[in-house]
Amino acid sequence: MTTTNIRSPGREFWRRFRRQHVAMVSLAVIIILVAAAFLAPWIAPYSQTTPDYDALLEGPSWAHWAGTDSYGRDILSRMIWGGQVSLTVGFLSVILGCVVGVALGIISGFFGGWIDGLIMRVIDVMLAFPGILPAIAVVAILGPGLVNVIYAIALSAVPVFARLVRGTTLALKETLYVQASRSIGVSRTKLMLRHILPGTLPAVIVYASLRMGTSILTAAALSFIGLGAQPPSPEWGAMLSDGRSYLGVADHITIFPGLAILITVLAFNLFGDGLRDALDQKLR
Amino acid sequence: MFEYFLRRLAGTIPVLLAVSVFVFAFVHMLPGDPARMVAGQDASYEQVENVRKELLLDRPLWEQYLRYLNQMAHLELGRSIKTHEPVLTLIGQRFMPTLWLTVVSMIWAVIAGVGLGVLSGVWRGGVADRLAAGGAILGISFPSFWLGLLLMDLFSVRLGWLPTGGYGTWAHFVMPAFTLGSAVAAVMARFTRSAYIEVAGEDYVRTARSKGVPERTVIWTHTLRNALIPVITLTGLQFGFLLGGAIVVETVFAWPGLGRLLIDSVSFRDYPVIQAEILLFAVEFVLINLIVDLLYGMVNPEIRLK
Repeated sequence: MTTTNIRSPGREFWRRFRRQHVAMVSLAVIIILVAAAFLAPWIAPYSQTTPDYDALLEGPSWAHWAGTDSYGRDILSRMIWGGQVSLTVGFLSVILGCVVGVALGIISGFFGGWIDGLIMRVIDVMLAFPGILPAIAVVAILGPGLVNVIYAIALSAVPVFARLVRGTTLALKETLYVQASRSIGVSRTKLMLRHILPGTLPAVIVYASLRMGTSILTAAALSFIGLGAQPPSPEWGAMLSDGRSYLGVADHITIFPGLAILITVLAFNLFGDGLRDALDQKLR
Repeated sequence: MFEYFLRRLAGTIPVLLAVSVFVFAFVHMLPGDPARMVAGQDASYEQVENVRKELLLDRPLWEQYLRYLNQMAHLELGRSIKTHEPVLTLIGQRFMPTLWLTVVSMIWAVIAGVGLGVLSGVWRGGVADRLAAGGAILGISFPSFWLGLLLMDLFSVRLGWLPTGGYGTWAHFVMPAFTLGSAVAAVMARFTRSAYIEVAGEDYVRTARSKGVPERTVIWTHTLRNALIPVITLTGLQFGFLLGGAIVVETVFAWPGLGRLLIDSVSFRDYPVIQAEILLFAVEFVLINLIVDLLYGMVNPEIRLK
């Protein structure tokens, strides 16, 4: 008897993903960032909010690796706490937008007809508000603040997921296994949840990862323009906004938080690219 | 072509109407009483009721909506709560700076993006391709406001070459347009590259090359021309991104445009201005998409026939 080596889809995926060094490094960076954010209370060397008027606007030193801000607060500590804020906002908004978008997409694609027409028209209208604008509109209604920023960013992610999933659902609906399940009388809810939803997931996961980058960027932008995190909460975008007044005097206030945003967003984008390439066969 | 134009034009009407419903509903979604908001926190009960009558907030919703549509059609956008100036005047003052900023940014983005995309498509796998690929992912991930601050730090604060902000001469445009256009350039470069590579693999390109057409003609006439058609669409779609991005970049560079007006209005809760601006942005975006579709129909007859 000969044995053939058949890998499970999960293992096959991991084998392909592992070969992509950039994506692996990005994954490591993401793990470090998440760990740092969770461990903030233990690893942040100083308080995130207590001012120290003996150490105002100090440059990087052994005592303060990333320097201090205009209140003498340690920037590295604020960056670590700020990571917690950014990652939480990014994660929650992507999850929320993803769940709503996927649900709308599956319902739209599965039922078709007027339900599809209605949902897609709503999506079209949402897409008529470009870029950061829907988020600003939501913040204008709900008021500034981080929780509202989560809702705002989630809302702008909904159309992307809905469109993506609707397309996959339309294709999956016609596959033999779904048709077969339908013919033996599997309920529509079960068809959608058990047979169609899993098929949409690879593409959804790739988009969710890429969307994490966008969401973190948007949250930072909203905080930067004063509509997101409110002082003294340490948020990377809000910290940059502080740094603006000290350009040329204390550049480190501007440089380090910006670097944190760039590295985080870059890591999620490269990770998402890697995921897409590893899943490619299934996506196309 | 004319029929296509009409069909496409008719297609935007429901979207515009739906957008207007949303923007109309905006005021009604706000927490609290819109009449009190307009009248001010310290207004007496009578004053609030007068405002309610004046703004017809006591009428049925559908009547208010029709009235709102009529006002929009006549460009009656109300007055700012903050400055009491007509919203139309406020927006009018800010319109051109934002338009110019997005146009100049787009020119930069197209030149840099398409240029890089073509270079990396022609010399696939080469040094230029690798650099462009790195630059593209960096451009997408770079926070625009941070890029703006870094440029300002270097060129204004340290070197003193360019003004830190404001509006007026060409020097004021350099940093904001570069900042705003760079992310779009990155997206364009990636897209142009894949469009070029796709067309370069077509049979007719191979045929042209095998029958001895000079390489330059193959690149310019056979490949580029066809590869650039989808790029037109992308350029149009990215205008929306620029409009959105302008909101942030204008804040960095104290640019007297629509974006900063919007942020100031949100902070001040100046609802008539916010409402008008959101409508304006959405209408602009829908119209740009329409223009893009029409242009696309002109260069690609297949689309027209569908």
